[in-house]
Amino acid sequence: MDFNTKFTPHTWPDHPEQATMEGKNKVVGFWIFLACEVVLFASLFATYLALKNKGPAGMEFTTQSLFELPLAFAMTMLLLTSSLTSVYAIYHMRNFNFKAMQTWLGITVLLGLGFLGLEIYEFNHYVGLGFTFNQSAFSTSFYSLVGTHGFHVTLGLVWITTLMLRNAKRGLNLYNAPKFFVAALYWHFIDVVWVFIFTVVYLMGVIG
Amino acid sequence: MSSYTQKKGFGATVWDYITTVDHKKLAVMYLLAGTLFFAIAGFEALLMRIQLMKPNNDFISAGFFNELLTMHGTTMLFLAATPLLFAFMNMLVPLQIGARDVAFPFLNSLGFWLFFLGALFLHLSFFMGGAPDAGWTSYASLSLYSPGHGIDFYVLGLQISGAGTLISGLNFIVTIITMRAPGMTFMRMPLFTWTALVSSALILFAFPPLTIGLLMMLFDRMFGGNFFDHTMGGNTIIWEHLFWIFGHPEVYILVLPAFGLFSEIIPAFSRKRLFGYSSMVFATILIGFLGFMVWAHHMFTVGLGPTANAIFAVATMAIAVPTGMKVFNWILTIWGGSIKVTTPMLYALGFIPSFVAGGVTGVMQASAPLDYQLHDSYFIVAHFHYVIVGGIVTALFGSAHFYWPIFFNRMLNETLGKITFWVFFIGFHLTFFVQHFLGLMGMPRRVFTYMEGQGWDQFNYISTIGALMMGVGVILMVINCLMSIKGKPAGRDPWGDGRTLEWSIPQPIPFYNFRQTPLVRGLDPWWIEKQEGNKEITFAEPVGDIHMPNNSAIPFVISIGMFIAAFGALYNPDADKPWSIYVLIAGLAITFGAMIFRSVKDDHGFHLHKEEILEIEEHLYGKGGNK
Repeated sequence: MDFNTKFTPHTWPDHPEQATMEGKNKVVGFWIFLACEVVLFASLFATYLALKNKGPAGMEFTTQSLFELPLAFAMTMLLLTSSLTSVYAIYHMRNFNFKAMQTWLGITVLLGLGFLGLEIYEFNHYVGLGFTFNQSAFSTSFYSLVGTHGFHVTLGLVWITTLMLRNAKRGLNLYNAPKFFVAALYWHFIDVVWVFIFTVVYLMGVIG
Repeated sequence: MSSYTQKKGFGATVWDYITTVDHKKLAVMYLLAGTLFFAIAGFEALLMRIQLMKPNNDFISAGFFNELLTMHGTTMLFLAATPLLFAFMNMLVPLQIGARDVAFPFLNSLGFWLFFLGALFLHLSFFMGGAPDAGWTSYASLSLYSPGHGIDFYVLGLQISGAGTLISGLNFIVTIITMRAPGMTFMRMPLFTWTALVSSALILFAFPPLTIGLLMMLFDRMFGGNFFDHTMGGNTIIWEHLFWIFGHPEVYILVLPAFGLFSEIIPAFSRKRLFGYSSMVFATILIGFLGFMVWAHHMFTVGLGPTANAIFAVATMAIAVPTGMKVFNWILTIWGGSIKVTTPMLYALGFIPSFVAGGVTGVMQASAPLDYQLHDSYFIVAHFHYVIVGGIVTALFGSAHFYWPIFFNRMLNETLGKITFWVFFIGFHLTFFVQHFLGLMGMPRRVFTYMEGQGWDQFNYISTIGALMMGVGVILMVINCLMSIKGKPAGRDPWGDGRTLEWSIPQPIPFYNFRQTPLVRGLDPWWIEKQEGNKEITFAEPVGDIHMPNNSAIPFVISIGMFIAAFGALYNPDADKPWSIYVLIAGLAITFGAMIFRSVKDDHGFHLHKEEILEIEEHLYGKGGNK
């Protein structure tokens, strides 16, 4: 199928993201990329678990003294909701409803920004307590794990925003549909990683 | 005359190679770059062997010896063996599955440039204050406190080139899953494509732990992190785990495509189909799977406890089973075949006993109690060189002979090839066979000299003579390659024994590979057609428009950005270089800017029309097309 074909909701394919060879490659390739990201985060999680609460002799910071569940809960809610709104966006993408897709993507970005703001506040708060990146093995591994996730969130926000701006004037076609789709996949992945961070770092840190 | 058939000037040719996304040109670039680094690392090995030729030698200093052993190992594995195998994967995988290019031609180019500039960065260390000196494993307890910037070069160079390798691996997987020609089912794929697939999957899961390990080292050395600093609660064993979770699969990443190459050469010159094709596929997957279960056998002496050591010992021994399956299948392919002992076949015949020798010593080390004796001795050096030289380098040399006509439409000289084989092969055994005994006699690895009177002198002397012979062999090989420039065009299927799709394409191969997508009617499709007396492969489509990707300079720009950023990170810990952070930011800005540019600028590729195709083919093959 040609990229320049103009579509109506009736002629729009059921799975526009995989209607072209390029799109199919992109989706398969992106799933494989995510598999590799899983291993990347697994390495960071393993390191964090090995170095949790470890520091120079007499270090007073522990997961119990540092982390607060209400903040982590609020961040979790923001990010989980943003995953839901990105599902709505892809639902509208498949129905050839460009405006609704853009709206839901916009909400996704706002929720993501909210999450990022809280994360920056949280890191800033810890640094204020003296829990800096260089303070201990615990702090280095914590900032590396959670910071890598935060970096992924930032990249995702830049990515989705760029896509929205770039395609604002021309609407949906078979060239950009796979791009929106994989960006949404990426956003879900970020969300799944956060679920593990919430469990392993915050829940197990405060309760376990 | 269309632009496709015009001759280009020098500048235009260079620009063409920088921007190309053609898998065949990238394969040639991988081949050249890999050969360059192979020569550098080989030269480093020769310097070390000359130093060890006699006891108490002072040919090179202890510090320089450490740099040499580190750079030899790192370069050979990451920057020589990997790109040379990528050269074959890039060239052959699309041709073997009947595709016009890889799934992501842009990423293919990006993978090459990241690898090349990362490798270049690492080698600049020699001229900028000293190379890394903590061994290719760069254990944190050594590397964290290594003075100077050597280790920083190692960390950043491998980070960049590793990203390139990862991207290329991902690309091969998608290519093999989605780009196969009609009829090319998974169980009809040539074995080399199978091994490329499994090896790429290993890259995908093995490189992220290395990335994280290197990131931690980068944080610790350049940004004040504490992952490995025990006074701050860190733990150096984390590096060892992460490194070997990567490092052991890396061995299989390299050796599986080598197995695949031999699985192409042996049936071709036994003129029989590969014995036990399905079991070969199964063994490949099993080796790939088990490859991830055995990393701690490199760490038996760390003290992980008897339970962990026992589990990893048994898992390691289990790998001998699928590997043994492969060896028997190769032997049974040769058995009863109509054998032609060409140079590639000679390499294959030399490979089998050499590799088995390396494998057997590997199973010996799998036994944890024995490993306590062998650990860090020359026995280990002998073992892994038997696997790597006996397995991978023979595969690279043999397939260079075998596939030279696919790469360059020229044949290598057979007589010189056979002389090269014997010089190299005898040199190889001379070098490493005696090292088994040196190890058993107690000579530790990574020492820059030794005292006389320990019974080591003679074996070390023999080993050095062997290394010099290997050096002569490599030079003969290079001469053979250069001589082929003057040779006659080889034409299609010059061995006459080609079995798979790549041999069915008329030479020189047009940039779109297949004028018409082939129809695959079974395992070894070209062999099937030749058996039926056909002069041409069966096609799946009439001649029509072909969609091809555009060239792009963006991969080069992205890689240059990373290259610049690496200098910024490198000098970040130096108090007298406050500008380093701006260099880092500028480099990253170039990289991300180029990525955003790529994202917002549409790139639909172009269509090659039927008339243009016919014109190109007339230009390449003369009037009347390739009939």
